[in-house]
Amino acid sequence: MRTWIDIADLSDIPKRGARVVKTALGCVAIFRTDDDRVYAIDDTCPHKQGPLSEGIVHGASVTCPLHNWVFDLETGMAQGEDVGQVATFDIQVLNGRIMLDASRLAARSAA
Amino acid sequence: MTQKLVIIGAGMASGRMLEELFELAPDTYDVTLFGAEPRGNYNRIMLSPVLAGEKCYDDIVTHDAKWYRGHNVNCRFGEAVVKIDRARKQVFSANGVTSYDKLVIATGSASFFIPVAGNDLPGVVGFRDLDDVTAMLTAAQTPAGKAVVIGGGLLGLEAAAALNERGMQVTVLHLMGHLMDRQLDPAAGYLLQQELQSRGIQVVCKAHTKAILGTDQVEAVLMEDGTVHGADLVVMAAGIRPEVRLANDAGLHVERGIVVDDTLLTSDPDVFALGECVEHDRTVYGLVAPLFDMAKVLAQTLMGRPAGFIAPAVSTKLKVTGVDLFSVGDFAEGPEREEIVFRDPGRGIYKRIILRDNQIIGTVMYGDTADSSWLFSKLKSGEDISDIRDTLIFGPAFPVGAPTDPLATIAALPDDAEICGCNGVCKGAIVTAIGKGATDLAALKATTKASASCGSCTGLVEKVLASTLGDTFVIPTAQPICGCTDMTHEDLRRMIKSQRLKTMPAVMQECGWKTSCGCHSCRPALNFYLLAEWPLDYADDAQSRFVNERNHANIQKDGTYSVLPRMWGGMTTPDELRAIADAADKYDVPAVKVTGGQRIDLLGVKKEDLPHMWADLNEAGMVSGHAYSKGLRTVKTCVGTDFCRFGTQDSTGLGIKLEKLLWGSWTPHKVKLAVSGCPRNCAEATCKDLGIICVESGFEISVGGAAGMELKQTEALAKVATEQEAIELTAAFIQLYREHARYLDRAYKWVAKVGLDWVKERVVEDLAERAALCDRFELSQSVYRKDPWAEQATPAFQRDKWSALADLTLEAAE
Repeated sequence: MRTWIDIADLSDIPKRGARVVKTALGCVAIFRTDDDRVYAIDDTCPHKQGPLSEGIVHGASVTCPLHNWVFDLETGMAQGEDVGQVATFDIQVLNGRIMLDASRLAARSAA
Repeated sequence: MTQKLVIIGAGMASGRMLEELFELAPDTYDVTLFGAEPRGNYNRIMLSPVLAGEKCYDDIVTHDAKWYRGHNVNCRFGEAVVKIDRARKQVFSANGVTSYDKLVIATGSASFFIPVAGNDLPGVVGFRDLDDVTAMLTAAQTPAGKAVVIGGGLLGLEAAAALNERGMQVTVLHLMGHLMDRQLDPAAGYLLQQELQSRGIQVVCKAHTKAILGTDQVEAVLMEDGTVHGADLVVMAAGIRPEVRLANDAGLHVERGIVVDDTLLTSDPDVFALGECVEHDRTVYGLVAPLFDMAKVLAQTLMGRPAGFIAPAVSTKLKVTGVDLFSVGDFAEGPEREEIVFRDPGRGIYKRIILRDNQIIGTVMYGDTADSSWLFSKLKSGEDISDIRDTLIFGPAFPVGAPTDPLATIAALPDDAEICGCNGVCKGAIVTAIGKGATDLAALKATTKASASCGSCTGLVEKVLASTLGDTFVIPTAQPICGCTDMTHEDLRRMIKSQRLKTMPAVMQECGWKTSCGCHSCRPALNFYLLAEWPLDYADDAQSRFVNERNHANIQKDGTYSVLPRMWGGMTTPDELRAIADAADKYDVPAVKVTGGQRIDLLGVKKEDLPHMWADLNEAGMVSGHAYSKGLRTVKTCVGTDFCRFGTQDSTGLGIKLEKLLWGSWTPHKVKLAVSGCPRNCAEATCKDLGIICVESGFEISVGGAAGMELKQTEALAKVATEQEAIELTAAFIQLYREHARYLDRAYKWVAKVGLDWVKERVVEDLAERAALCDRFELSQSVYRKDPWAEQATPAFQRDKWSALADLTLEAAE
């Protein structure tokens, strides 16, 4: 069962930018692409724990600010030579509001 | 017994629905049709050509009163329905009460009037119906009349082009970064803007309207940034809103539009809705194709036949004469998607096809839309295009077979074919020069001038070399800036200057970018090149900056930041020290460190504390030290004549003057300076990007030092007699570095590439050039010599950007 919760307005995140949502188990980064797609992934880079929300957003990818690992926002997979993956979360935009699936977050804290 | 069908709204959707219904069964229903406009049904899509004077009203009528009468429709035109009573199954209008068995709401949509003061002044019109067009035509008769169109979407641009045709001076104000942002990507939006501007239409993007001014009649539009656009007419084309008031009052389920299921049924089993007023599967439609699909489905539903509305792929074309533009489907970038991009900057053509699993899912075309219907049909059929993928972008006419050899095409060119347009160099001249020994690009540039100006023909010149020399010639592989383009840093800088490219989409279009919005390598470089070349025109793009420059603090390994206030020339005061100590206490700063650049660093600051800490430090008179930027860092000094018994000049004073001159400037990489008061060189000036050593007779300036990954001593640039000259030489050197170095090349690397003599010629010997460099530097500093902390610590500057978007720690713990 999905539990959509209203997080914020789409306009609260700059285009090609990100903001974080705090959860009991660390931050989730919410990205907005140049064409207003929205993605939610774990904010922490698996390499050296860099904050992915501070990376440069290009297409549907983000580059970690610490050591330039690039992640696919849809799958959470590291691109190119690097190997790793970050967790992704269901998210949607409804009437300009960003809705995040909280059931996954709860499941994560239970696990 | 015949059932009573009442329809509210006599627009295109209900017109088509009645056509379909009468086709199926002419006599099933006794139809009453209400229309708020005092006329029958006309083709609203053609209002733009009417406005432009290419068509008249009679041309666009689809169903006149005669047609409706012929089908026994009781027409109630000019009579608005004011209320629906669902319990009694009645509608109320000026002339009384009408009963229904089935009701169809087709009230369409209304122009969205942006909520600013003055939006109800006479002269402010929407663009939805014939009355709006009549109002615009009246305004267009004002001699030298001015029109402002708010909204650079489909409708707004059609209105703008038409009013321009009618002789008005037109300005389009668009909120987003590029025109038609819902249908076009930035590259196509850029080409469209170029075309409209060449017709004399002024286009302002990222335009925030503050108010519409005027007393009895609209007079001007005021922008947030204070700009005022004079206006005799304001056209609101900022979007449409489904007209849902009647449905709302009647208690039907309404979200953005009247919510309907696949059969167009509302939350009431006897009430249907159709057209632009409905919301189906969370989508509201504004283009005609899906509305006609709805009409078909509703006619079937009313006949009791099973039918379902499926959201179709919708394509867009702009109805402006001479502008070829097409977009369909989903053209956003995304994972598992691939794109094929074709750009021909010379002819202003841009085509992009987006693929997923070898199927076309979206297309954007500008300048040449001849193949649009072919591609649209492939998109709709969802066919696998793997076999024709290589030639897909060239359309169905492309001959099947082996791709032609590009060198053969060049070899076949006649001798008088022009290769370099800037300098008018023909193929024959190049071949002759090659015969005389100019066997590489540099030699050809020197002897023929081919590719020596804008550089866009470099590839062609290389191909002429290759085809003339045969196997002996190997095209040198110049390192492109990144995988997004084949151009080098130098090519890009030259193109930005020569082609006057002032936005990132413009550069990406003209320089053949293969991705739609670049990557982490090219975007920061482009951002710097653009702001360095066009300081007044280009708006810095925070999202193309590395985290440190976006957050104006240095990110640390644990995601905290360091905060470092500027200490001019390394001087400080007890008050400043107290303020730094207070800030360290207040924000629990774990580490305080004195840096090599003669200032104090506060390490381990949390992101959300940054603006507050800055505000506190600003309060004490301190500004950002830019310890994080590709820009001026510090000017290190010794105490000079003030206290030192060896000091020859006021080195501290000069250091402070230089720092005040240079602070805030962006450079290709970081810039560090030092001024020593005597040759003992306590400020270590000889390992800086620029160092000054004071001597009795004046100032020795040297450049190109480094004390990082490489250790390098500076080389002498010049010796000057006065402090003023030392300051001018410094500014000129920094500006030359800004204008010519590759992004991320420190000054020493750049000097090694261009040669110190080349630098001396411009900065030291050519006095006019030195003055011009200083002027250009000062122009840029008029924009950038400011404290980013003060700007971003204010509540007005999105103070909330520093905090989390939401805190779910409680919810998640439950």
